[in-house]
Amino acid sequence: MPNILVIAEMLDGKVRKSTHSAITFARNAGGTFSILVLGQGAKAAAAEVTGFGAQKVLVCDDPYLANPVAERFAPTIAAVAKSGFDVVAVTASSFGKDVAPRVAGKLGAGYAPDISGVKDEGGKLVYKRPVFAGNAYATCTINTPVQVVSARQSEFSAAEPSGGASPVEDVALAAKDAAAERIEYLGLSAAKSERPDLGEARVIVAGGRALKEQFATVLDPLANLLGAAVGASRAACDAGYAPAELQVGQTGRVVAPRLYFAIGISGAIQHLAGMKGSKTIVAINKDPDAPIFQVADYGLVADLFNAVPELVTELKKATG
Amino acid sequence: MKILVPLKRVADPDNANKVKVNAGKIETTGLEWKPNPFDEYAVETALRLTENGANPKARLGEVIVVTFGPKETETTLRGALATGADKAIRIDATDEQLDGDVVARALKALIEKEKPDLVLAGKQAVDGDSNQVGQLLAEYLGWPQATFAGTIKSEDDKALVVGREVDGGTINLKVTLPAVVTVDLRIVAPTSVSSKHSPAHKYPEGVRFAALMAIMAAKKKPLTEIKLADLVSDAALKITYTGFELPPARKAGIKVTSVPELVEKLKSEAKAL
Repeated sequence: MPNILVIAEMLDGKVRKSTHSAITFARNAGGTFSILVLGQGAKAAAAEVTGFGAQKVLVCDDPYLANPVAERFAPTIAAVAKSGFDVVAVTASSFGKDVAPRVAGKLGAGYAPDISGVKDEGGKLVYKRPVFAGNAYATCTINTPVQVVSARQSEFSAAEPSGGASPVEDVALAAKDAAAERIEYLGLSAAKSERPDLGEARVIVAGGRALKEQFATVLDPLANLLGAAVGASRAACDAGYAPAELQVGQTGRVVAPRLYFAIGISGAIQHLAGMKGSKTIVAINKDPDAPIFQVADYGLVADLFNAVPELVTELKKATG
Repeated sequence: MKILVPLKRVADPDNANKVKVNAGKIETTGLEWKPNPFDEYAVETALRLTENGANPKARLGEVIVVTFGPKETETTLRGALATGADKAIRIDATDEQLDGDVVARALKALIEKEKPDLVLAGKQAVDGDSNQVGQLLAEYLGWPQATFAGTIKSEDDKALVVGREVDGGTINLKVTLPAVVTVDLRIVAPTSVSSKHSPAHKYPEGVRFAALMAIMAAKKKPLTEIKLADLVSDAALKITYTGFELPPARKAGIKVTSVPELVEKLKSEAKAL
């Protein structure tokens, strides 16, 4: 039975909800798990994850870890992993994907990235992961005694608390990497938004290039009504109609909300790779042959500039 | 600046919907090979960083492209030489001998000989979608890394300011060379890469094409072969792929004819509202 170390990701002094996917991974893999919360303010944030059934919540609270710089985090993660863990698990967020290979390198461990499933087969963990932009799934195993994995947020739904109170223990900051001296963190620029994060939203309203300069004016009323996150196709981002961080696809975010609206999106492979896992997909496009209709549960061939405002009106009626 | 760019050939990503699985293996016959798009962006980035605005014919520094594979992967290297890279190295290996870890260890050994100032890599190859070689390589070298770069600014050839595309925004880092930088797709936008030697003109969107003359000239550029075993003594793979399967097909959807019908279906059939 594996003993798993789940790495919690922090933002603004809180544990990011993306961490809950790595906890689900640990539960699915069987065995036991502990959660390592590291960052500035980790001590206060640790309480957020003591109710998930972890054996321990380990805390490394240090200003050295104030910003997400892989070279600063990897030494401590690797040092804690060496204290009796078989698997190190992160969520495959941009933070997880940045730091996990460095941890694997330090541990001499094999790394299975962006996995979508895990099974214990006779004491050996067998992983499933999407390849070729999700057009095939590979089965793989890791050949080293310690293993590192990143779990795809869209495939491991966020864990719910299971009660109890895991004991909290402090761990020391490991010796610093020389490489970290050569990185200066200048800052994060992020558009402030009241909307849910794309990775966590239950509903996503995504738009394509067809929306042109009216991207926000057309989509915002629908997104506001549904409490949805707004996404975009690569074409819409490239054309400057939507900011890059809204991009859904092989580049950009991989999402799996309960309801996904693809509006004026033709459905290029790169885009489908990022949203095919959504539970219900609605496509609105005036081209009846657009590939998006092949994955849509409900397709509407229509001019989006008429259909979307009408949709807002009808939804208001239907949901009262 | 001396820049090393690892380059991988992949089955044509635009035909990825034609991926076939046969007896648990990916069927590669009939698939067309192309350079991994993110690696092509890395080559383009390297060319822009070594551009000499004052004298376009004399590159400031050197761009070395490296691939792993059998003889026929030299086509991929020649393609990069034709767009402006200076020399190429093929590390002779078969797919069965490679995983991300072996590639990173072999690159480390090669880099210790070649001594580049910068390794520019694609953030991931679009076949395995692993997104790990750049980070592993940086760790093995003890170098800093900047992954998912959407912008790079080189001010003095000793450090780069990199804009990393991350979930929910952009992280700006200043990284002192030597370093590993992995690039995302927006790195090939017209003004994403700049140095004090940049030409006055803006670049067109995307990667540059090779002129016919350059394709001919590329045949004379140096291309050397190194045996994998000369770079890595431990051939053990850390990950084993045991099978491949196609994803479950989505249930065929329906077309609705009006917005009210769509709302009705979402409410009563999909129960998505």
